[in-house]
Parts: sequence; C-alpha cells; structure tokens
Amino acid sequence: MIENADIVLTDWSRAQFALTAMYHWIFVPLTLGLSFIIAIMETIFVRTGNGEWKRMTKFWMTLFGINFAIGVATGIILEFEFGTNWSNYSWFVGDIFGAPLAIEGILAFFLESTFIAVMFFGWNKVSRKFHLASSWLVALGANLSALWILVANAWMQNPVGMAFNPDTARNEMTNFWAVLFNPVAVDKFLHTISSGFLLASLFVLGISSWFLLKKREEWLAKRSMLIAGIFGLFSSLLVIFTGDTSARTLAEVQPVKFAAFEAHYNGKRNAGLVALGFLKNSEKESGAPEEKDFAFRIEIPGLLSLMTGGSREAFVPGINDLVYGLPDSSILAVAEKMKRGKVAMNLLNQYKEAKRQNDLVKAETIRNTFQEKNFVNDYFRYFGYAFLDKPEDVVPNVPVAFYTFHLMVMLGFLFILIICIALYLLWKGTITKNRWFLRAALFSIPLAYIASESGWVLAEMGRQPWIIQDLMPVSAAVSQISPGAVMTTFILFAVLFTALLIAEISIMIRQIKTGPKSQEAQL
Amino acid sequence: MKNPLLASAAKVFHFYYDGFRNMSLWGKKLWIIILIKLFLIFIILKVFFFPDLLKRGYDTDEQRSEYVLDQLTKSSETND
Repeated sequence: MIENADIVLTDWSRAQFALTAMYHWIFVPLTLGLSFIIAIMETIFVRTGNGEWKRMTKFWMTLFGINFAIGVATGIILEFEFGTNWSNYSWFVGDIFGAPLAIEGILAFFLESTFIAVMFFGWNKVSRKFHLASSWLVALGANLSALWILVANAWMQNPVGMAFNPDTARNEMTNFWAVLFNPVAVDKFLHTISSGFLLASLFVLGISSWFLLKKREEWLAKRSMLIAGIFGLFSSLLVIFTGDTSARTLAEVQPVKFAAFEAHYNGKRNAGLVALGFLKNSEKESGAPEEKDFAFRIEIPGLLSLMTGGSREAFVPGINDLVYGLPDSSILAVAEKMKRGKVAMNLLNQYKEAKRQNDLVKAETIRNTFQEKNFVNDYFRYFGYAFLDKPEDVVPNVPVAFYTFHLMVMLGFLFILIICIALYLLWKGTITKNRWFLRAALFSIPLAYIASESGWVLAEMGRQPWIIQDLMPVSAAVSQISPGAVMTTFILFAVLFTALLIAEISIMIRQIKTGPKSQEAQL
Repeated sequence: MKNPLLASAAKVFHFYYDGFRNMSLWGKKLWIIILIKLFLIFIILKVFFFPDLLKRGYDTDEQRSEYVLDQLTKSSETND
C-alpha cells in the first residue's frame, strides 16, 4: 500500500523532473537542427565565395549562439535530481545509465566547446575550410551528444543488455551493443533529431518570414527560406518514417502505452487509426478504470492493424486485454505478472536474509538463480509488478497520451504543409505577395515547440507507472526525502528557468530586430 | 618561443583571449548570464539543494547496496 505522503512526494518529484526536462528541451531541438542549417549555409559560402552567404551564416550563428549559451548546462540539473530525488533508481540502474551519460559529457565538452569557440572566434583567424569543418563538427557533436542521452532514456523504456546483481542491488551492463542498438534507442534518436531539424527549419522559415513582412533583407530571407525549406522537407520525411517505426516498436515493447495513445481499450482485428477524436467518460461498468469512449472520432479503417502487424487482419490488443490478459493471443494478465514479480521479490528478500545470517551457500544459490535465463525471462522481467497495488495501475493517463499524440501528429502534418507551400511560393516567386502565408510561417514557430514538447509528454507520461519498463515503478524509485524540500526546489527551478527563457527570448528578439547587418560583431 | 608545445599553447591562449576581448557588448552580457547560471547550478543548487543522498549518507558501496535492497524489498513487504 502506498501512503498518501509517498504519493505527494512522488508527484512533486515527478513534477520537478518534468519541469526541468521540459524547460531544458526548449533549448535543445533548435541547437540540433540549426547547427546543420548553419553548416549548409557556410558550405555554400565556402564553395561560392559570395560574402552574402557569410553574412547569412553569421546571422543565424548569432541566434544559434544565444540559444546555446542560455540552454547550456540546464540538462545537468536532471542529473542532480537523479542523485537526490531518485536515489533508489540511480543505484538500481547502475552503470547502464552512467556510461552513456559519461560519454555524452566527454563528447559535449571536448567536441562542442572546442569547435564552438572556432565557430565564433575563428572568422578570419583560421582558414575557411577549417572554420567550415568546425561548424560541421559542432552540428555532429551536438547530435551525437543527444544520441547518448536518448540511449539512456531508451533503456528506461526497454531495458536490455544487462543482468541484475542481487549482491549490489544494481543492474550491470552485459552487452554494450545491445544497449546502444536497442530498437527503442535507434527509433528515438532518429525521431528526436529529425523533429529537431524540422523545428529549426520552421524557426528559420518563421524568422525569414518576419523579415519579408517588414520588407527587410529580402535576398537573405528568401535564400534562408530555401535552405530551411529543403532541409525541413527531408527532415519531415524522416520524422514520418521514424514516427512509424517508433510506433511499431512501441506496440511490441510498450503495448499499454501504444494502446493508450490511441485510446484503444478493446483489442480487435482490422483496428482503425483515429485521425481526430474527442474522448468522454465511458458509461460501461466493467473494464479499465475511468475508461473513455469517443464523443467524436474520424477513423482510418484498418490502419492500426496494418501499421503494427503488416495486415488489416492483424490483431491489435487493447488496454483491457493487456490488463486482464488474453490467453488466445499469449497476453499475460497483469495479475499474473504481479505474482511472478513477487516471486522475484521474495527471492531477493531471501537473499538479503541469507546474507545477514551469513548463509553463504544459500546466498550463492540465489545469486546464481538471478543469472539464469529462465528465471530472468519468467520472473525477474516482471520485478516491478511486485510494487503494484492492483492490475489497473499499469494504465497511464489515457487522455494525456491520446491528446498529446494526436496534437503532435496533426501539427507535424501542418508543418509539412507549411514547408511545401513555402517551397512552392519560392519557386513561383510570389512569396512576398502572400503575406497571409508569411504570418502563418511566423506563427508556426511556437507551434513547433508545442509539438516537440508534446512528443516528450507522450513518451514519458505514456509509460507510467514505470520509470524502468516492467522493472521499477516511479513510486519505488523515489528517495525518501521531505516533499517540502522538493516543492522548494520546484519553485526555485520555475523561477530560474523562466528567467532564462525570458532572457533568451528578449536577447534573441533584439538580435533579430537588429538584423544581419551588424553581424560583424562576434560573440 | 622555441618549445613547439608552448608555442601552440600560447597560440590557443591568444585565440581565446582575443575572441573574448573583441566580443560585442551583447556577447559579454550573454557570458554574464552563463556565469550567473553556472554559479546558481553548480554552487547554490548542487551544494545546498541537491546532495547525492547515497554518497552523503553512506561510506561504502556495500552500505549503499544494503540500503537500496532494504528500500526495494520494504516496498514489496508492505504491498503483500
């Protein structure tokens, strides 16, 4: 039974982590994408020798620098929170989480800090080619940094390549490559960076549209739009492709999350994909708690089955099937998983007692059991279920998962439309006359951030109650500290990050208004 | 400078020194924001608000393992 105080503590710790992560994420995707756009612009400058391209590169580099400077080190707070608010989790994950984060830290420090300096201080001091190489290395370095963070996150969504050591109460990495090439990690990395590229493309399109609305810097704005449009178009294709592969992987490794973001309660063949819908409380008395029905929906028949199973006849299990089990489809009921998790937990208890009583033979036998493949597959993989009160606890907040998923997808298609219209109008040479479009492109900048944040809300809220899928719920991961302390730091962070965000937006707006003419000044 | 290593180090130093010296006013403001932020994060937050609980509370890894094991199994005991 989880006490109320524990729920308050867990909720505040989660809220604090969410706040920090969401603020941090405001700065990251622009860095990921804009760095490549800048590198492309500089490449054209080096190839053509046209100074206007240099001016353009320096202007976008200034905005990149502001974003990078304000955002740098905001992610480190997340690591502090692991040690303070999530100490049980931090210990339990062992080196699996630590290794990718350490690689990220080293890469970020050496690659980015060295070559960013060349990017900003190196104009006219190093050769053009060396400067260009530095710009590309900054882009690659930023994206490689993201890789390691996402590998760590993907392991939480799909723990692989490790063995639990009861002696240390830690998971130990047994296969680095399995962790690195975890299917969730591959999908997540590609989907995240491509969505960052798309966001940056919309940023460049939007700011360039502002210049055209103000009848300033037409040459620079149009060429920036062309680069961003082409880059954004390729990125959006990658976003669609990786979104599709991510959904297939999720259907396998996190089926409850997958069912939740479609509000799919009862499994069926020829399952349709909801393109648009609104939820209402269900009038049914059985089934999952707080079950939702659709007040309204537009559905594409058979597409969900086709996406997940490759055929319209493929069976897509619903939330109720995943909670209460479906023997015909080999879906184990959560109640059974809870029993198996408790077997693993009891064995861990016995191990603890054996060690305390200095019964080395028994302790050794139990330790060996934790390494046996059958025990791991049949019992330990359900370890986290031992912490649950009831089977329905595995269901995340369905409306949050449903709406964030559909908001992200709908905005994604809107962005593709905006990019296609931009390229068409540029090709026709009528973009400056279509002021409605320029306003729409400018307005798409905040929408891109909303879509990007929605993706993370879906990923993290959709996997509740797990901090590590099937192995550890958030309630078991949280440190036993005072909820008041967590609330205090929550408020501190809210103030700090809001101040940083205001600083970023105001400095950036000032630089945009100043425009590229003053770009001889350097950071 | 005869020592090539020292000459390279001096070159790198001057590269950064000149870069910071010739920075624009808003670039300097940005650096002030960065330094204040780093001070808040690494000095105020880390030291006063975010201690590593297991490192602070226990001396050895064995004690830390035991504590976490207790925490994990305690949750299950109350859940039976």
